[in-house]
Amino acid sequence: MVKNLLSLFLTFAKIGVMTFGGGLTMLPLLTKEIVEKKKWASEEQLLDYYAVGQCTPGIIAVNTATFIGYSQAGIAGGIFATVGMVTPSVLIIIAVAAALQQFMEYPVVASALMGIRAVVCALLSHTVITLAKKSLVDIVTAMIFIIGFVLCFVFDITPILVVIVGAIIGIAVNKVREVRKK
Amino acid sequence: MTFLYLFWEFFKIGLFAVGGGPATIPFLFDLANSDYGWFTQKQLVDMIAVSESTPGPIGINMATYAGYNAGHSVMGLAGGVLGGIIATAGLVIPSIIVIIIVAGFLKAFSENKYVKSAFYGIRPMVTSLVLFAVYGIVSQTFYQDGAFAWQVIIISLIAFALMFIKKLKKLHPAFWLVLGAVAGVILKL
Repeated sequence: MVKNLLSLFLTFAKIGVMTFGGGLTMLPLLTKEIVEKKKWASEEQLLDYYAVGQCTPGIIAVNTATFIGYSQAGIAGGIFATVGMVTPSVLIIIAVAAALQQFMEYPVVASALMGIRAVVCALLSHTVITLAKKSLVDIVTAMIFIIGFVLCFVFDITPILVVIVGAIIGIAVNKVREVRKK
Repeated sequence: MTFLYLFWEFFKIGLFAVGGGPATIPFLFDLANSDYGWFTQKQLVDMIAVSESTPGPIGINMATYAGYNAGHSVMGLAGGVLGGIIATAGLVIPSIIVIIIVAGFLKAFSENKYVKSAFYGIRPMVTSLVLFAVYGIVSQTFYQDGAFAWQVIIISLIAFALMFIKKLKKLHPAFWLVLGAVAGVILKL
C-alpha cells in the first residue's frame, strides 16, 4: 500500500515536471506513463477520465490525476497522485517568484518584462479565440456568450455568478428543447 | 487571517473554474481588482508569463504564484512560501472531493442530461469571462501611466499576427515570451 502510494506520488511528480502547459498537451505524456509503463488504465479509460475531468470543475490535470490515483488506491491514492502532480509546480514557482522579486529592480529585467507582457497579451488573445471556437458551436451558445458579455462588461458581476447563470440557462434551454420534441 | 481568506478564495476558484487553466484567469483578474491587495493587474500578467514558461499545469502554477504574492505582501518570504502552498491546496481540494464523489458513477455522470446541459451553458459563459479578463489585461498593458505604450502595442500586434501562421502555431508559448523579452531589452521598453 505504502509502496503503491509512493509510486503514484513519484509518477505524477514526474508528469508534473515534464508537463508544459497542462490541459490537452498532457495527453501523450499521460498515455506513455500511465497506460504503457504503469498499466494503471487502458487508453480508453484514460480518455474517459480525461473527458470527465474536463466537465468537472478545477484544473484538468489535477482531475485526471485524482481519478487515476483513486482507481489505484482509493481516497489516499487520489490525494497522493494530486499532491505529486502539484509538488513540482509549487517548488519551481516559489523559486522563480522569489528570484524574480530580487531582479525586478534592474532596468534590463524591467525592459524584458515589458516585452514579455506585450507577448502575454497576444497569447491571451489567441486563448480567447481558441475558447470561442470550441464553445460557440451554435446560435444558442453564441447568444449565451453575448449574455455573458453583457453581464461582465455592463454589470461587472462576479465570475461565480456568471458561471451559475450559464448552468441555469443551459439546463433551461435543453428543457425547452425536450418539451418541444414531445 | 490572510491565509484563511487565501484558502477560501482559491477553494472557490477550484469549485467554479470550469475548463482548466484559462478558466482561472477571470477569477485571478477579479482578485487583482479586489480590496485584498494581494497582487496588481501588472503582477498578474507577469504571473501568467512565468506560469506559461515553467513546467507544470498553468492553472496550478498561477495559483501558487498568486498565493506567493499574497503571502509575501503580509509576511515576506516565509509568508510567500506558505501562501503558495495554501492557495494551491485551496485550488485542488474541491477537485479531489468532486472527482472522488463522481468516480463511482463515472459514465452515468458524464452522460447525465442535466450535467451535459449545464456545461452546454457554462462553456460559452467561460469564454465571455476570459474575454472580459483579457480585455482588462490588454487595455492596462497598452495604456500605461496615462499614455498609449506604442512600442508595447506594436510588439503585441506583431506577435498576435505571427501566431496565426500555421507553422508557428505549434511553437511553445515560452518561445514567444523569450522573443518578447529580447524585443523589450533591445527597445529598452
